[in-house]
This record gives sequence, C-alpha cells and structure tokens, in this order.
Amino acid sequence: MQWQPTADAAAADAPRNPRGGPPGSGLGRVPAGTEGGATGAPSPPNRSEAGEELALVAALRQGDEASFVALLDRYHDALLRLARVWIRDAAGAEDVVQETWLAVLQGIDRFEGRSSLKTWLFGILANQAKRRARREGRSVPFATLGTANGGDDGPAVDPDRFFPADHPWAGHWSRPPVGWGGAPEAQLLAGEVGEALRRALAELPSRYRAVIVLRDVEGRTSVETCNILGISATNQRVLLHRARSRMRQALEPYLDAEGTAPGGHHANDLPGAR
Amino acid sequence: MATTPMTCQELVELITAYLERALDAPTTARLEAHLAECDYCRVYVAQMRQTIQTLAMLRHDDGASEAARSRALAQFRVWRGDLAADNGGGRPDPLRPAGPSV
Repeated sequence: MQWQPTADAAAADAPRNPRGGPPGSGLGRVPAGTEGGATGAPSPPNRSEAGEELALVAALRQGDEASFVALLDRYHDALLRLARVWIRDAAGAEDVVQETWLAVLQGIDRFEGRSSLKTWLFGILANQAKRRARREGRSVPFATLGTANGGDDGPAVDPDRFFPADHPWAGHWSRPPVGWGGAPEAQLLAGEVGEALRRALAELPSRYRAVIVLRDVEGRTSVETCNILGISATNQRVLLHRARSRMRQALEPYLDAEGTAPGGHHANDLPGAR
Repeated sequence: MATTPMTCQELVELITAYLERALDAPTTARLEAHLAECDYCRVYVAQMRQTIQTLAMLRHDDGASEAARSRALAQFRVWRGDLAADNGGGRPDPLRPAGPSV
C-alpha cells in the first residue's frame, strides 16, 4: 500500500463547497493553497512534515516509545484544549484525551495517510469528546437567551451601532468602534481582559467554540478544521464569523480607550465626507 | 457599470470572508474601497485582528500535567506489551518487505 504525501491528502480532503457561495453573496471560489489564517499567510503543503509523520507512524507501529513521546509533546496540550470545547470539567477532558491516545495506538495499523496524522488525531478527539458529552448529558448548555444578539444567529455587530435604513447615512457607523491601543496580547490576557475573553469563549455554543479554538487558538488551517469537525468550508466560515464577532464584542467594553464615541453624528463628521 | 459602495454594516458581516480570501474580486474591491475611506471600519478590522491575536495567546493555557503525561505513557507501555505478547517479539510493518525484526 502506497503512502500518499500530505499534499495529495490536502487535495483529496478539499473543502466540500468548491463552487463558492450563491450568486450575489460575494463569495467566490476558494483557490487551493491560499487558505490561510487571519494574517493572510497561505499554507503550502509541507513535504518535510509529511515525511516526518510517515516515519513517526512507522516507528509507532514498531512500539517505539520515543515516537510516542514526540507525539505527546507535540499534541497533548492542544488535544486537551480541544476536549474542553465539549467537556466542561478538566478531569473528564483529560479522560477523553487518554482515550484518544489509546484509540490512536489501536488504530495505527489502519491509518492510511490520506489525511495528515494531525488531522486524524484531532478528528478522533473531536468525535470522542462529542460522544462523551452527549452520553453523559454534560453537553455545553445553550447560549444564554439574554445575550445582546438574542442567541446564536445575531448580526456581527448590534444594528443600533449603525444609522437605520431611512437615514441619509444608512448603514454607516453611528456609534463607531474606538481604537484599542497597542497593548501586547500577552499582557491583555492577564487580569480582567483575559477573564472576559475566557468567559466569552466558554459561553459560545460548542459548534462556534470548536471552530474558533481550532482556527484561532490552535492555528489550524481552514481545510484541517473542516476535516477534523466534518463540516463544509462554508459552514466553517459562518461559524468562525459568528464566533469572532462575539469575541470582539466581548472584549470591546474592556479595551475601548475612552469609551465608545458619543451617539449622534453631525454630517460633517461622517467618514464619507472627506 | 456603477457599483453600490459598501456600507459599514455590510463590511462587518463580510470581514471574516475577506480575511479568509473567500470573497470574489468585485466584492473584495468594494470592501477595500470602503476601507480606504472609512477610518471607523479600519478601526473595526484592527480590533478584529487583535481579537484573533489575543485568542492565539490562549495556546499557552492549560498545559497538561506531568501526571497526565505519565498516564499516557503508561497506557502506551501496556499497549506495547500487548503488542509484543501477540506477536512473540517484534512485529512486521505492513509497509516494509519481510525481513529480520528490529
């Protein structure tokens, strides 16, 4: 049986919506190889990584402990963070990760290399965690009904922040965002801001949290995330959009430098009038 | 053909698709034209980027304990022990031609 390098695997596991969004949605076809993180950097197939994985899997099949330790070092923490998307308590999440390692070892002969080892590993974890959460009734509770956006499907930003449809400046910011200044992210995480961020993350519906944890916390690509969670590229983008919008909104009161700008604009002040 | 300029309210809904490079060319052009002229939306995009970068810092949370690693390793050794027992020593790798086991 031939191994397929990760490059082919990426093509084989391509997003399930190659034709892009419906006409008029502005969503075009996603060219292969240009999906990247928020920084816009593309993720080319990594042949050395594929070769490394190949060697690792072969060694594991031989019972090589150093290879297993390498896997542990590389992925255990990230697997634990992902398990927490569905399992609230640390002990339960830990159990799921241990079960995942066992499943990996027991399944290592069957791993065909059509997806990357990483994707396979995280996919097993996601399935184990979801299954356990359902079985134990410890699924994440639904988002509280009292949220500003009225639940899951609210707009990215409260419509109150824009001029209404009958206004000459309809659709423009009436209460615009304020610059947050340049505080380094590491500092932000300490104290109030960090608490607010973690709390907001914990309150996201699990399907939003799964995507944002994989994409923005763990830095997985869009293709990997779709494969790990078994969702389409379009679905993933929508979930990511909603999750990010909620997180930004959660941070806003803590990071606004001077508080949000006063409501009500004079026509001269509006951005278009330059 | 005149295209309708994008509004701020539209932009905030399209920003994720834009960062993913999933917008078609005309929409990308409309969005970027708006950004060029709208300070507020540039602030919004900066906030979005900062939110994402802050999330990335959470990667340093929740390090696994030593106990967890030991547990995983112990489980590995049991599995390997079973492996050896099943195969009377080394096991053939399905990918490699038959030969002396390591």
